[in-house]
Amino acid sequence: MRRIRPNRRQLLQMGAAVGGGLLAGQRALALEADPRRLGEPLGPYGERSPFEKAVRWRRESKTPETGSSFTPLHDSVGVLTPSALHYERHHSGIPTIDPASHRLVVHGLVDRPLSLSMAEIRRLPSVTRLLALECGGNSGVEWAAAGPDVQRSCGLLSGSEWTGVPVSLLLTEAGVRPGASWVIAEGADACKMMRSIPLAKAMENSLLAYGQNGEAVRPAQGYPLRLLNPGWEGNTSVKWLHSLKLTDQPYMARDETSKYSDLMPDGTARIFTYVMEAKSVITFPSGGQRLPARGLYELTGLAWSGRGRVARVEVTTDGGRTWVAADLQEPRLPLALTRFRLAWRFDGQDTRIASRAVDETGYVQPTREALVAVRGINSNYHYNGIKVWHVRADGTVTHVEA
Amino acid sequence: MWKLSAILLATTATVAAQSPRYGVGRPPTPDEIRALGSAIAPDGTGLPEGAGTVAAGRALFAAQCERCHGPAGEGDVGARLVGGQGTLATPRPLKTVGSFWPYATTLWDYVNRAMPFDRPGLLEPSEVYAAVAFVLNLNGIIDEDRVMDAASLPKVKMPNRDGFVADPRPDIPQERRPK
Repeated sequence: MRRIRPNRRQLLQMGAAVGGGLLAGQRALALEADPRRLGEPLGPYGERSPFEKAVRWRRESKTPETGSSFTPLHDSVGVLTPSALHYERHHSGIPTIDPASHRLVVHGLVDRPLSLSMAEIRRLPSVTRLLALECGGNSGVEWAAAGPDVQRSCGLLSGSEWTGVPVSLLLTEAGVRPGASWVIAEGADACKMMRSIPLAKAMENSLLAYGQNGEAVRPAQGYPLRLLNPGWEGNTSVKWLHSLKLTDQPYMARDETSKYSDLMPDGTARIFTYVMEAKSVITFPSGGQRLPARGLYELTGLAWSGRGRVARVEVTTDGGRTWVAADLQEPRLPLALTRFRLAWRFDGQDTRIASRAVDETGYVQPTREALVAVRGINSNYHYNGIKVWHVRADGTVTHVEA
Repeated sequence: MWKLSAILLATTATVAAQSPRYGVGRPPTPDEIRALGSAIAPDGTGLPEGAGTVAAGRALFAAQCERCHGPAGEGDVGARLVGGQGTLATPRPLKTVGSFWPYATTLWDYVNRAMPFDRPGLLEPSEVYAAVAFVLNLNGIIDEDRVMDAASLPKVKMPNRDGFVADPRPDIPQERRPK
């Protein structure tokens, strides 16, 4: 076997190939120790540092084309989720769509049915907004148990900058007929995922998004075009959008009757529960993490509300005896993630920490107990209870059993 | 003729509250509308011609559905499709087509657009009617001799048809000092 002295890139690839993130890191570290070695050349599309390991988490499944993957919120900074780490929820896999042949058809109760190319959509006046997107089933695990870490408890949540055309502009262009009250949105994935959207919402602030975080929407997020309903459960923001049909009634899709409806203890189910109510979670320190020593830390987390701006976030570090206002990252944008921060001294005492959000409507994030008292534990969706973390004397952080 | 439609168009544009400003797009082709207009309303709007019997559905189910949903719709990789009636208000609710789904048209729409899981869109309309008839029969909702078609399917009353209520949120009493 010939002896070859591999360059750094080859070493990194070797490290990745044997599946040992640690190994790659160690080799890279060894190389970093020589500060005079030439670094990597310029490149066409960037990758993150090989030392960064945060990935989405998902349950093992016999049908990996359907299911969800969770954003690693414990590693998050700021209020934007990297597009590559945005949570996923697909129902029949991620389609590969050539934007040159993709079209959006607006039809049904309109004066002028329209078929538009992506080029025509991108020609229209656009808006750009920072928005939170949360799956209606996010934190569903909390109804019956407790998510062990912030990723599995709350990771069907991401924040992005979205760019697109207001749906209202296109509907006005098509001419909505009197009597139209719903928009049936359908995607171009294999199962043609479909939801009914009230016309009032579509006219208020829904977007036809083609841009995400400075580039095209990722395939897993609906490339080349997705619907985006700010503040509403993610399932309504239909990906790979190819049809908007104006109707006089909701179509009672499987994903708005059988799924995403909330079963109450009396056996009735709430339907069209679109808004994601105010919620917050501490991302550091959080379950699975460990404070290495006593001392001063930045406690931080995320807060958001489907009804508008976050007005304040209160944090307890003494098991709920006292609550103090955290610093909120500005600007606090409506329907977007708001980062909160609080300087906190860990003194080696066993304690429980939690955050609660208050939004601009005055709504206060409830406790799990208050939620369960009204809704029971079988409603599956729309959980927004306060998440408590147990910080032990040795600095380890765990979830608190329900 | 062209002139007449131009005049009509001009007249419409004058009276319409909303008029096109950007002039983008073109009218969809009939093929586009057909391909995209498959959504079925709960009143049956959009249901195509065709018909299916419970017996035909039983054979189709064995061939296309049972490997995921089980021979009697008891569920496996795929969702459980039968049972659960009377459980929704209990501590262990079982939500199935029979116990929970409010509209039979939703079953038709979902089977047509999303099933079989690995080959959605495979079934012809009459096959969808048959599969739906069989699943409804499994749940005791329709008799063995019923035929499902665009006229009969919307008239099927699902057991949980009246089980859905509007969103009452915010619904949680506000407390200031959680434990």
